[in-house]
Amino acid sequence: MTENEPLLSVHNMEKHFPVTKGLFKRQVGAVKAVDGISFEVYKGETLGLVGESGCGKSTTGRLVTRLLEPTAGKVFFEGQDISHMSQGHLRPLRRDMQMIFQDPYSSLNPRHTVGAIVGAPFRIQGVQTEHGVKKAVQDILERVGLNPEHYNRYPHEFSGGQRQRIGIARTLALKPKLIIADEPVSALDVSIQAQVVNLLEDLQKELDLTYVVIAHDLSVVRHISDRVAVMYLGKIVEIADRKQLYSSPMHPYTNALLSAVPVPDPRAGRGRERIRLTGDVPSPLNPPPACRFHTRCWKAQDICKKVEPPLEELAGGHRVACHFPENAPEPAKAAPAVPAQE
Amino acid sequence: MSFLDVKDLKIHFPTDDGLVKSVDGLSFGVERGKTLGIVGESGSGKSVTSLGVLGLHKGGPAKISGEIWLDGEELIGASAEHVRGLRGKKMAMIFQDPLSSMHPYYTVGHQIIEAYRIHNDVTKQVARKHAVDMLGRVGIPEPGRRVDSYPHEFSGGMRQRAMIAMALSCDPELLIADEPTTALDVTVQAQILDLMRDLQREFDSALIVITHDLGVVAELSDDILVMYAGKCVEYGSADDIFYRPEHPYTWGLLGSMPRLDREPTERLMPIKGSPPSLINVPPGCAFSPRCPYAERTGGRAETEAPLLAETEGGHLVRCHMDRTERRDLWENEIKPVLETQ
Repeated sequence: MTENEPLLSVHNMEKHFPVTKGLFKRQVGAVKAVDGISFEVYKGETLGLVGESGCGKSTTGRLVTRLLEPTAGKVFFEGQDISHMSQGHLRPLRRDMQMIFQDPYSSLNPRHTVGAIVGAPFRIQGVQTEHGVKKAVQDILERVGLNPEHYNRYPHEFSGGQRQRIGIARTLALKPKLIIADEPVSALDVSIQAQVVNLLEDLQKELDLTYVVIAHDLSVVRHISDRVAVMYLGKIVEIADRKQLYSSPMHPYTNALLSAVPVPDPRAGRGRERIRLTGDVPSPLNPPPACRFHTRCWKAQDICKKVEPPLEELAGGHRVACHFPENAPEPAKAAPAVPAQE
Repeated sequence: MSFLDVKDLKIHFPTDDGLVKSVDGLSFGVERGKTLGIVGESGSGKSVTSLGVLGLHKGGPAKISGEIWLDGEELIGASAEHVRGLRGKKMAMIFQDPLSSMHPYYTVGHQIIEAYRIHNDVTKQVARKHAVDMLGRVGIPEPGRRVDSYPHEFSGGMRQRAMIAMALSCDPELLIADEPTTALDVTVQAQILDLMRDLQREFDSALIVITHDLGVVAELSDDILVMYAGKCVEYGSADDIFYRPEHPYTWGLLGSMPRLDREPTERLMPIKGSPPSLINVPPGCAFSPRCPYAERTGGRAETEAPLLAETEGGHLVRCHMDRTERRDLWENEIKPVLETQ
């Protein structure tokens, strides 16, 4: 991790999707998909974003690439405020900021050849290449482990893993600085997943890339990330260095997530005490007040239902939003006072 | 003979492009109260196997041969009507995607009641009471009210619970779960795995869990069958597969997964290439084009199909390398890399 200015920085970003009803589309509520989150991504690092479905991790990815416009808050890319920038102004920035999508089937146009798909960024951005677009595209194909002679083939002629490589090739075409990968391997088979994870790591080293990897699979995120942010119902509940987060998680939700992952070790698995969370994630249409995790948390007390815990730094670079964090460093954080009863 | 005994099961589909050998000579058995995990990548034939056992290929284009013995009764030669009578009562299935495997027009209760009344001569009221009971057993809150909900009103985890309630409503002796938790979030997955384990103990049923997730298999299974290109490549107890695996494909699967219970690795060890098309299965050993040890067989891997042979007490491996060589590779090359990571 470098100490320089962050490449991407997000301040209190919110995205509320209106819920409308009736003929006149009267707004009756809002889905608070992302509800005030802040984080930074430094050059050359990989930030992992984990959480269960509906926690707002994909919306976050779309907001920072400005495929969506935030309802409130700011997004800075290389120090420039892009939160409400027009599409026209954004276009030149898109070169530096690319996205890898989850589904390698629906994210490639079936009627375009691989050459056309990977060459599209050059045409759209009007980039001149030394030996022509075709040569440039073939170089990229080779780099991601595809046969350059497959330039004229169509997506359906490739397997899932190869398609994901085509998606990655398209992302790399213009040598971006930041890549947002939204569930880049979850649609792939285990053996292919590992190939793509290794490819992403190699490319990062070779091309000095910065990644934000969005995924629900905690083991993949641990493998690939330098720092990890855990989201729950539109909020970041914990963000830390990979090692700290996985070895001494502070938020009860992070603990529960980690203990829920099945371990491929039959003996260890049988003897393990698992934290059992009851119920499902509440609807983001009507999230619980104050600490959003209090409805499922075994440590919840009165204060959790009344006061929202701020995201505070409790150890070097380890921020957590909880009134009763676990593994907190000494001196133990005194339990906050419960507000006077009404 | 086990409670369920499958012998040399073959399920082939004729297509315009050629014969697809989805399942090609598979044998396994499950006892009551025991769990068999079937692991494999997409297209390895694991789901086709489960549908075959339930007799759901009958009347379709599939060519099926071999024997399926359920509690002393042969099912492949049996009539479709007879197998239909067993389905639900004697054997049941939990599907991967509960939203698309439940009927959206009918309430959850209606669907459980329907299945129960087909097999039990009871009034609607009795069946309804049973449905409420079952929903309560699988942990759905307020089952008396929820029995009248439609599938879309349930969350993903609740739908999977309802699906399990439906499958268990007639107390089946054989339960097949095809990717039962793949569509679920990890905290909900943990709840469903616990539930399946508890219910199996209570009902003493034989359980087959089909999945690509080695973690899920490790949590549930007594025995594990690893499938590749329609064939069993390795079969053994959970301990055999996780602590003494002998097939290079199993090694590859173990090396491909990042693990939370170990120190993070520098690099994963993926299997090169991708799974073969079942129309053009490579000659000889189907895994040979992806196998890092294929050249050690002196050309046999490309020409001669290896047989599934027992190495030790019920541990079966389909590989040309001899046992000492495989043991040696595992102990000295594979295991140290997997464990010191």
